[in-house]
Formats: sequence, structure tokens, C-alpha cells
Amino acid sequence: MMPDKAVMPADELPVAPGPHIWRGLSVKRVMYFVIAALIPPLAASIVLFGLRAFLVILTSLIFSVATEWVTKKLRNKPFIMDGSAIVTGLLLAMTLPPTMDLWMVAVGAIFAIGIVKEAFGGLGHNIFNPALGARAFMAASFGIQMTTWILPLSADAITAATPLSNSFVFSSRLAARLALYQDMLFGNRAGSLGETSALAILIGAIILTAFKIIDWRIPLFYILTTIGIMALFGQDPLVQLMSGGLMLGSVFMATDYVTSPITHTGRIIFAVGCGIITAIVRQFGGLPEGVCYSILVMNSTAPLIDRFVRSRPYGLRKAVKNAA
Amino acid sequence: MNIRLKTRSSRIGVVLPHSHHKLTAAKPIEKLPLPEEVIIPLSQHIGAPARATVKRGDKVLTGQKIADSDRPVSAPIHASLSGEVASISSLISPATGATIEAIVIKSDGEDKWVELTPTKDVSSLSNEDILKKVREAGIVGMGGATFPTQIKLMPPKEKPIDTIIINGSECEPYITSDHRLMLEYGEEMLKGADLVRKVLNPQTSFIAIEDNKEDAIRHLEELISKLNLPFQIVPLKSKYPMGAEKTLVKAILNKEVPIGGLPMDVGAVIQNVATCKAVYDAVYLGKPLIERIVTVTGAVRDPKNLLVRFGTPLKNLIDYCGGKTTAGGEVIIGGPMMGIAQFDLAFPVTKGTNCVLVKEAQVFAERDCINCGRCVEVCTMGLMPTLYPKLVKKGRYDECKAAYVDNCVECGACTYGCPANIPIVQYIKVAKKELARRAQKK
Repeated sequence: MMPDKAVMPADELPVAPGPHIWRGLSVKRVMYFVIAALIPPLAASIVLFGLRAFLVILTSLIFSVATEWVTKKLRNKPFIMDGSAIVTGLLLAMTLPPTMDLWMVAVGAIFAIGIVKEAFGGLGHNIFNPALGARAFMAASFGIQMTTWILPLSADAITAATPLSNSFVFSSRLAARLALYQDMLFGNRAGSLGETSALAILIGAIILTAFKIIDWRIPLFYILTTIGIMALFGQDPLVQLMSGGLMLGSVFMATDYVTSPITHTGRIIFAVGCGIITAIVRQFGGLPEGVCYSILVMNSTAPLIDRFVRSRPYGLRKAVKNAA
Repeated sequence: MNIRLKTRSSRIGVVLPHSHHKLTAAKPIEKLPLPEEVIIPLSQHIGAPARATVKRGDKVLTGQKIADSDRPVSAPIHASLSGEVASISSLISPATGATIEAIVIKSDGEDKWVELTPTKDVSSLSNEDILKKVREAGIVGMGGATFPTQIKLMPPKEKPIDTIIINGSECEPYITSDHRLMLEYGEEMLKGADLVRKVLNPQTSFIAIEDNKEDAIRHLEELISKLNLPFQIVPLKSKYPMGAEKTLVKAILNKEVPIGGLPMDVGAVIQNVATCKAVYDAVYLGKPLIERIVTVTGAVRDPKNLLVRFGTPLKNLIDYCGGKTTAGGEVIIGGPMMGIAQFDLAFPVTKGTNCVLVKEAQVFAERDCINCGRCVEVCTMGLMPTLYPKLVKKGRYDECKAAYVDNCVECGACTYGCPANIPIVQYIKVAKKELARRAQKK
């Protein structure tokens, strides 16, 4: 029987695809959580290095956000203040020595956003962590400035070695060693802005894991791999943990969503890879520190890891068994 | 034997912080006044649509069969009012966009029923008798999937059933229709469930209820011991999508239904509590399925649980609950996670309508995926939801298939938690539809 009339819509109703509720954790919110977690190490760096640190942070921040705005305009895309450029700006500053010339900081920030992020398509499309990509660029371009450190709380810039560089002599005496641990924990040592106080980074890490912003697997496996291998080489694990950028990099950089794998297993592989490369650079490399390069190398493998490490679909094993 | 078992949980899934059950959980079921006209779609189930057996101008009685099909996977349809067939028209399904036939009946205002033949001695019925009554009553899965019930009660011989799970978990926010049914029709539901048990003859029979319905768990516990039935209640942690068949099988039996398979492949059959109540009505009272409990909730002045005849326009339900409190609100059939927004308030309540939700529409701009992995973490089907939008945008449907897109149950947990507001489920539906179209072409 043919239908004899159609029931036509009578009311105008809005329709949207389901689900009709949303958790409310936006990209922007995630970024602001990261910024909140960065406050303790940022504050520590300003306490330790004073105005110099503040100026480095401010310069990096301003040039990052400005570059994001300019590149979005050039690419004819809307500029969304989602906080991702702020995070990059702050992270870049954390990787720099406090004595950096400010124009170099600006060049680094422009490179981070303009080249490492936006040139690849913007947030979500970049292959490398923008802050670390820029740090590597700066290390190649401004070699001397990037490896000149000063002791904290010193008015004049006395250059000093970081605990990891070859000229640093480890003390084996217990009291001296405890004093060293204490200095590293509170940041009373030479280093980049965010490398000095282990405690400040730990607070940030706790914030990020408590709110499930980052996957705890990455810092845990990264750190354990590095200090485990270094312990095999007879190095002090606690010194290894708290020195250089290991804590900063494993908590804030290796956990960058965009440039790390998506599955839990993939992330563990990624973190262990970072840990191995860091240890190799520390033990055999010509550089004092390997965190930056190890994360960059593993960033480039993340898409490959995602391609091969996939979650197991519900009911898969059964289907294979039935087919066999 | 302990009736109440230990609470089970699922490792994955999402905790939805606002259940909104409070709006209606304590409200007794009210009968919605009969409408002047009902629009009864002939396809209220999965499978072949029924064909009209009445024509325009025919007089029909309440409960009279007005459409049927000789195809195996189908269900007959009954008049939900007495009156005259005003027309056979067509409706556009808000779920699929397909045109479906519908019979419009003008009420004579008397609600005269066909003569019902209750069964005096139910224990004397054979399984065949029960199956026949279930089929003739037009019973389909009332949890939302609307699969014809008699098919689920006739598993093939090579698939022995050792477990039945009566599903009262009701895991979507806002919906309380099954909750109220368990409280107010608990005995009928259990008797119906016992008929299901009798037909399938499993070793174990569970009733699954989320632990946010403690009163229902206690009530059924008492009834089970009073009626001396061999059911055990499994309380479940309230975690979405706990009530989905495959999640239930995993949580309760720790088994996985094979990809593309049904729970019966692992020896389990799952029946919703409202379906069991319908089985009771059909077998004990001889009453066909013509009405159901619908929760009307959200942005309406007075949210309620209503007993509604099929074919009643949504407008009647909303008006009875005092109307919308938001001018531009969406009207959703089903819950906020899987429900479908309606474009027309004239659309009728059907066998699968457990809830009518009015909600302020929220539409967000989709952003680029940031690879955060939250969708992967919550997917109870073990998929990587983030892949599908990327593949669909590039038209790479074969890769969607290779990534098991058909395994998706469209629960929406991935999309609910997506920081980039990507309508992942929508992309998945597109992929499935395109793959189905291509498969049909071949």
C-alpha cells in the first residue's frame, strides 16, 4: 500500500549529534593545567636567578604568543588563545641558562612556534616538541651562551659547571654527598632555569598526574631507565635523577601529547627509548646532557610506534581462534 | 544460596559525574492520558518492517494486530488505541533518515480492548507456546536495541546457553524507566524473567543492576527469596557503558564476545528488565506490547516517569510534564550519551523509547586532535577512536574497516571526553554506513 500523506515537521527544533553532554576538559583547560604545574619551577628559577630568569621567561613568553598570532594570520587561520603557545614559551625558557642574551631567547621562541609548530600545521600536527626543537636549534646556533651557567643566588655571573659536565668531580664522602643531594633538591646549583630545583619539578609532576593531565608511565619509565642504566655504569642514581634536564624533560616535555605515542604500551616504549638514549649520551656522548636530543629522536619515532602498537580490540583473540 | 553477589566493575569505561537520576528516580509511574491520535511506525524493531494488515477506514480495537511480517527477524505491531485507521502515512526516521511507513489511528475515546486470553496455568506451557506468545505480542528488546525477543530466545543448537543476564543496569544518565519498573513491577518482571530462564534453561541466571539503584537491588532481593526463584543479583559499579551487552559479558562473566558475534557465541543471552515485564504481560495476561515506561526529564517543568501508549507524539509527553523550560532545547529520544535529537515533536514514542530528554543544545567547534589518548583509554571495545575521524576525512574507509570500526558500539564515551570536541561517534557512523553501502554493492 502506498503512503497517502507524509507527516511533515511542525516544530523547529535544534539537533546536534550525540553525545549531548561533554566532560568539559578542553584543550585550553589542559594547557592551563600545564601552566599551573609550571608555576613552582618558574617561581624557583626566579628565586634562584632573580631578574635574569624573569626576563628570559618574559621574553620567551611574549615572542611565543606573538609568533603564534602572526603565523595564524599569515596562514589565514583563526588565532585561538588556547594556552599552547604560553606553554611552549614557558617550557623553552625553562631549558635556557639564565645568562642568555634576550635577543637569542626571542629568536628561539620565534623558531619554536614559527618553524617547529606552525610550519608543520600547528598544534596537533607538529612532529617535534616545539620548545625542545628550539632548544636544539639554539644549542647549534649559540653554542657558548647555551653552555654558560652561573651559580644561583650569586650577584655576579661566575661561570660554573653543572653537576653533569666532565669537570665536575663527584664527592664520595657521605657528608659532602648529602649536601650535594640537598643542593640539587632545592636548586642550589648551576643549570638552566628549570633544571635546578628537583623539588619544584616534583610538585609540578604531582599536579599533572593527580589531575590525570599527563600519563605517569612516561616520566616513570623514562627516569627508571636512565638512572638504572647509569647505576650499571657505577653512577649515583640520585645525582642522575636530579641533575640536568631529566626531571624537567620527562615530566613536561616527553609527556607532550602531540609528539608522544597514544597507547599506554606505546608510551612505555617511547619512554624507555628516551631513557636509553639519555643514558648513552650521558655516559659516552660529547654533550653534557642528552635529555633534549633523546626526546627529539623519540618524537620522530612516535608516529611509527602508533602505527605498530595498537590497542587490542575487544573480542579479537576469540575471532582469531574461531577462524583458525 | 546468596542472592546478592559481590559488586563487579569494569576496568575501562567512564565515570559520568552527573547522573541526573534524582530528577525522576523517586517519581512513581503515571499513566499519560490517551492521545486523540497515534502514529504507529511499522518498523519499531531491528529487522524487516512489518506490513499493514489493516487499511484506511478500518475500525480497530486496542491490542489488535495491525501489521505483521512473515520474515524471521521481525515483529508484529498492535493498535495502541481503539478507533479508526485514519491513514497509512510515512515518517522520516530521525535515527537513520530512512522513510518508514506508519499507521495513523484516530481514537474513538473508548479504549476498547480486543479480548485477551490470560493463561491460567503458566507452568503447563511448553517452550514453543511461550515463544509463540512472545512473538505474537510483538516483543522486542526494550533497552533500546529493539531486537525481536523470540529470536534471542531461540539460539541455534550449536550454541548452548549457560548464562542469562537480566539487564537492569540502566547506565545512561537521566533515564529511570527501568529503575521504576523494577520497583513497581518487580514481581511481574521476575516472573517474565523466569519464563525467559525456563525457555533457555541456563545453569546460571543473573540480574545485573548498577549500584546507584540500591533500592531496586534490595526490592528484587526480597522478591526473589519470596518467589523462590533461582536468580542472583550482580550489583555493578556505575560506570558507563556498563549496560552495553558486551561490557556486561566482560564484567560479569569475564568473557569477550567475538568480534562481529553475539553474546550467545559465549553462551550468554541478555534480556532487558522491561522486556521481561513484557514477556510476563504476553504470557500470563495474553496482552500484546502496546505501551511502555518513558522517563520524561531534563529541561521540562515537572520531570516524570510515564506509562505511554506507542504512537503518542512526543509533544503530548512534554506538555504533560509542564512543557520545556528552555526555548531552544533539543528534544532527545534516549539518554544524553546515545540518544538521538528529534527534529519533530510529532514523532511518536515507539517500542525502544525509554526516555525523552529535553536539553540545551551544545555545539562546539571541532579542533585538531592533540593525540592525548583519552578516547583510547575509555574505549570499552578496545579501539583507537581517534583514528576514525582522521581516516574518514581522507575517505580511507578500508583502513577504518581494518581498524575494526564495526566493533564500535557507539556508546559515545570517546566523544564525551574529547578535549578537541571532535564528534568521533559521528565520524564512526559515517564510516560504518559507507562500508555497509560498499559491501552491499559487491
